[in-house]
Amino acid sequence: MSEKIIGEHAGRSVSAGETVIASVDLCFTHDASGPLLISQLKELGLDLQNPRRTAFFVDHAVPAPRRESANDQKIVREFAKKAGAGFHEAGSGICHQLVAEEYALPGQIVLGTDSHTVTAGALGAFATGMGATDMAVAMALGKTWLRVPETLLVKVTGELGKGVFSKDVALHLVGTLGSEGANYKSVEFSGETVERMETSQRLTLSNMVVEAGAKAGLVPSDLETKRFLESLGREGFRRVFPDKGAQYEDTIEVEAGKLRPMVALPGSVDNVKPVEEVGEVEIDIVFVGSCTNGRIEDLRVVAKILSGRKLREGVRLVVTPSSRRTLVEAVKDGTLQTLIGAGAAVTPPGCGVCFGALGGVPADGERILASTNRNFKARTGNPEALTYLASPAVCAATAVKGVIADPGEFL
Amino acid sequence: MKELRGRAWKFGDNVSTDHIAPGRYFHLRSNLPELAKHVLEDARPDFAPGVSAGDFVVAGRNFGLGSSREHAPTIIKMVGVSAVLAKSFARIFYRNSINVGLPAIICDTTRIGDGDLLVVDLGLGKVKDETNGEVLSFPPLPEIMRKILEEGGLVKYVKRRGDLEV
Ligand code: SF4
Repeated sequence: MSEKIIGEHAGRSVSAGETVIASVDLCFTHDASGPLLISQLKELGLDLQNPRRTAFFVDHAVPAPRRESANDQKIVREFAKKAGAGFHEAGSGICHQLVAEEYALPGQIVLGTDSHTVTAGALGAFATGMGATDMAVAMALGKTWLRVPETLLVKVTGELGKGVFSKDVALHLVGTLGSEGANYKSVEFSGETVERMETSQRLTLSNMVVEAGAKAGLVPSDLETKRFLESLGREGFRRVFPDKGAQYEDTIEVEAGKLRPMVALPGSVDNVKPVEEVGEVEIDIVFVGSCTNGRIEDLRVVAKILSGRKLREGVRLVVTPSSRRTLVEAVKDGTLQTLIGAGAAVTPPGCGVCFGALGGVPADGERILASTNRNFKARTGNPEALTYLASPAVCAATAVKGVIADPGEFL
Repeated sequence: MKELRGRAWKFGDNVSTDHIAPGRYFHLRSNLPELAKHVLEDARPDFAPGVSAGDFVVAGRNFGLGSSREHAPTIIKMVGVSAVLAKSFARIFYRNSINVGLPAIICDTTRIGDGDLLVVDLGLGKVKDETNGEVLSFPPLPEIMRKILEEGGLVKYVKRRGDLEV
């Protein structure tokens, strides 16, 4: 699929290993990389090639917790408005969620100055992250250079068990591949389990391929993709799928029925174990949010588990919806009321504590369990704390029990 | 291309961009000289205070994994590091380093010791460890990256040519 999409954008057929110049459908950045990108654009002395295909998001440090962040956001805001590009103010949500909701379409090439740009692969787009300078050039020229990646096929078959979600598939996959097992490659998902997943679950799969080093994580677009786009009132659906006889460098088979709820242990995302094998791990903070698992479907699972229950004494729960739409939905269907009633602190849509700058930083010696995607030392803001990763369901069960717990009994 | 000369600072595998430019210093991203004071702090606290111009960062596998923050190679370059040597690099970091004009060299760093004196010849693709006397060779960069590095980074490359070409 990557070869097909890149080929369409290079104006000729291409194959893995070649370096090509390809046109780009969407370029985006955020408050974390935007100021550096804008200074590189100024250095280049070029304008945006197509402002309508360019978007700026204020999503990382929102609402601005300090002067420096506020100033950075001002740079991004003023530049975007002046250039006539898409602009999404603090509180709108995480760039990747908004790109999925409002921009990305099957068959496109999407570039963002954020490693989790791969998320949009769930809609059948070739989406990849780059740095600020690469993006400045892509925004100015409407194209970029790409090495056409080899593809790893991941085939998931069977039924996911009770309490097992796409996050567990993603963690299992990163654990299997290792943190560089898919370096420079494109991961393509297939199999009946993925076909049956809703887009929200597919977004989690694509989101985490970068944790194995992958350049892109694609899901063929299908009727579910069409349904997702139409539910948002969007046009532009088309089917994008691999050709018969497509070449794969390798195939990884995953039997969904054998997967258990998973946890990534502190320090590296690929250090993954089933919940039942981690022993009694006491948790101080539970965080549900991020571009991996902060969608309405995730919040609903958490609410279902917390409904009629209270947080374990001493455990704090922080929930950060991934977009304003998510928050509005959660208000409408009562999810928010359940979360707050159980004792959750809900923070405005954005990245939250995922990257460690605001919204629930753990104290020295504490353990945080997060529905996010990274657990490197100090990732959640404190080098003296430990970060564990799991699905929203495991997060919720843990918030109730106080130790990392299997959500099965609550569902 | 000129010869690079300096001391080796050894790091392990999987040094992430969070180790290089921690998220808690997010507010310093538009103040790179201040951010650079914390470079690699979560991997080796003695690095930032001790590094001298010309030194090398010498790491294991998968250097620079994680976030796409270009601030990471930028501040490594800013403190005077002349090149990063690693057994392998994460994709985005590799691209970013070349774009900001910081050579990223893939070679077997196992036998390089902490503090060893290294001489790197980018043109010949050779690393000489003057402390242990060994010579390592490394593969040339992909063509487009070599050109970008020769120009001193992607901005200069595009400014000179007005376009991208393979
Ligand atoms: S939610 Fe976390 S991983 Fe996602 S874009 Fe924000 S900081 Fe990055």
